[in-house]
Amino acid sequence: MRGETGMHVVVKDAVIAALVTALLTIPLIGLRLNVESTGLVLRTEMFWPLTAILVVFFGRLILPFIRRPTLPVKIPTEKIIPKIAEYRKVWLGALLVFAVTLPFTPPGGSMLTGLTMAMIYMLLALGLNIVVGYAGLLDLGHAAFYAIGAYTYALLNQYYGLSFWQALPLAGIAAGFFGIVLGFPVLRLRGDYLAIVTLGFGEIVRLLLNNWDSLTGGPDGITNISKPTLFGWEITRRARGEGETLWQFLGVDFVNTYQLIALYFIGLLLVVVAVIVIDRLSKMPVGRAWEALREDEIACRSLGLSPTMIKLTAFSLGSMFAGFAGAFYAAYLGSVTPDSFAFIESAIILSIVVLGGMGSQRGVLLAALTLTLLPEFARDFAEYRMLIFGLVMVLMMIWRPQGLWPASRRRVELPTS
Amino acid sequence: MITADETILTSARENRPTMLSVHNLQMRFGGLSAVDGINFHVKEKEIFAIIGPNGAGKTTVFNCISGFYKPSKGEIVYGGNDIAGQPSHKLARKGIVRTFQNVRLFRNMTVVENLLVAQHAQLNTNLLSGLFNTSRYRVSEQAALSRATFWLNKVRLRDVANREAGNLSYGQQRRLEIARCMITHPKLLLLDEPAAGLNPQETVALDVLIRDLRETCGVTILLIEHDMRLVMEISDCILVMEYGQPIAEGTPEEVKNNPRVIQAYLGAADE
Repeated sequence: MRGETGMHVVVKDAVIAALVTALLTIPLIGLRLNVESTGLVLRTEMFWPLTAILVVFFGRLILPFIRRPTLPVKIPTEKIIPKIAEYRKVWLGALLVFAVTLPFTPPGGSMLTGLTMAMIYMLLALGLNIVVGYAGLLDLGHAAFYAIGAYTYALLNQYYGLSFWQALPLAGIAAGFFGIVLGFPVLRLRGDYLAIVTLGFGEIVRLLLNNWDSLTGGPDGITNISKPTLFGWEITRRARGEGETLWQFLGVDFVNTYQLIALYFIGLLLVVVAVIVIDRLSKMPVGRAWEALREDEIACRSLGLSPTMIKLTAFSLGSMFAGFAGAFYAAYLGSVTPDSFAFIESAIILSIVVLGGMGSQRGVLLAALTLTLLPEFARDFAEYRMLIFGLVMVLMMIWRPQGLWPASRRRVELPTS
Repeated sequence: MITADETILTSARENRPTMLSVHNLQMRFGGLSAVDGINFHVKEKEIFAIIGPNGAGKTTVFNCISGFYKPSKGEIVYGGNDIAGQPSHKLARKGIVRTFQNVRLFRNMTVVENLLVAQHAQLNTNLLSGLFNTSRYRVSEQAALSRATFWLNKVRLRDVANREAGNLSYGQQRRLEIARCMITHPKLLLLDEPAAGLNPQETVALDVLIRDLRETCGVTILLIEHDMRLVMEISDCILVMEYGQPIAEGTPEEVKNNPRVIQAYLGAADE
């Protein structure tokens, strides 16, 4: 409302007010008839009128900023659905090029760990966005699936020596399977009740990992997990066994940063694939059914859509992406402990989804980046981090409940009949 | 109770096959008996209306037929089977689809998306074929879109196809809800007060639409309505309920002149 036109209106208003003041004050105060020896003399006394005019002018200028502007009655207008931007592909391409070149730039290089963690949170939040954003099922236990993915890779690597890429689909499947396992008992629940049950599930998983010493190593977790390979080459300093490292192949001396860059690219690859897959899913019948379930479950049932199937697909697919994120996290850190999957993780992932805009992929990506990188920038305020975080969430919910970058509805061109 | 006229009518209706029969339907909520001893038969391609004062239990009957309630007692025979207590989404797939007294659209989805969702059961919902965009999937989606377009034209909503359903006017929302039901190819359409909130012109247009659905789509219609002009105009048969019990059944003429019905609507004469 208040762009340049707003400013324009304010200035115009101030000029008019000043003119009115001039018309009133100049004749009344400025012109004075004095009786002098020679008769009547018209004297002009401009100090007070000028002061008055200036005070009114500037007062009028700043008034709208002091007082809440009384806007004209806003007629609720039809929300016009924007056409898909014609330059969408160009934008996406530019964004991808930026993401690919980022680690080689000085600021990007210094933030590699932060950026890679951002990728992990993006994956997690994209998955949770299916459950919470599209299907409208409040899930407070997303970290459980993250943990299941991480431990699946860690254990398979530890006991069977599976590589990251071999274990990745299995981690996704395991997390998806547990998504279904959780899904069954909670099928009849909605809203608050569902939130409590998922919260409990998250804690159960964490406690199980913490206490099943013989399998998971208890609170110490699992260490020395293999790093992923990139196109078959190892990215560590020295190859395990007789393999060749990427650095030997490229003929460069190993620097730790190189490994971080390689991990960043694997994270980026996973995020890009997730975005493409979920974008397609959201356009497919299953994606429409998720949204319909969020909108009105009773209407869904009356049209022959089985809420059971819709909820299970949402839970299993959403959890699957958390499983991928978990496997990547285990590979990235090289160790997993149950502490990494506490309730606060679920809360942060949910915050990302809500902050970005429920059901909006671009919003979720933006929010994941914001929430993981802001602490890096604001190191000086480290103690106040959670305080600021909480405050931001409160303010967002009051002023922008739809999120930072809400989704716009897709336009469909109808066939001409 | 059965008059000579009614016997003639009944025998004329007898010749048509039955779509739905309700036998001795009873629905109790704790100690309250919302519906008790309801019997009726809906013939194929018929427009059958249930009327009665507020709180008579009409919507409860609908909820039992469409599977949202499990009746306490009684049979609901449809397609040769007792369907009482089956889940609503299964009944919808068998061809019993309903609208709601207070319109239930997917308000934040566009009009055309509402119509696409409704076709879920008929579409290729295989995840892999969708992800890989196979030709079968594309054909299925294209067909869904052209069916949606057909219905948008039919209920005059083509111009607002890409608007969010919640932003439509009330009359448009009602039409969209009917179109959303029809796109599932129902055999039995249950309309719960379709004229509520419509202005007189829209109600007249609704007459035309309901008749047209019966003629061109061959759908049987079971209707709850308070607008007597509409009911008397289009119904083949009317069941009148009061306090959960049937008080009359017959053609619009018979029901209109039934003293019991007049008493229920206007109250008993002072004595």
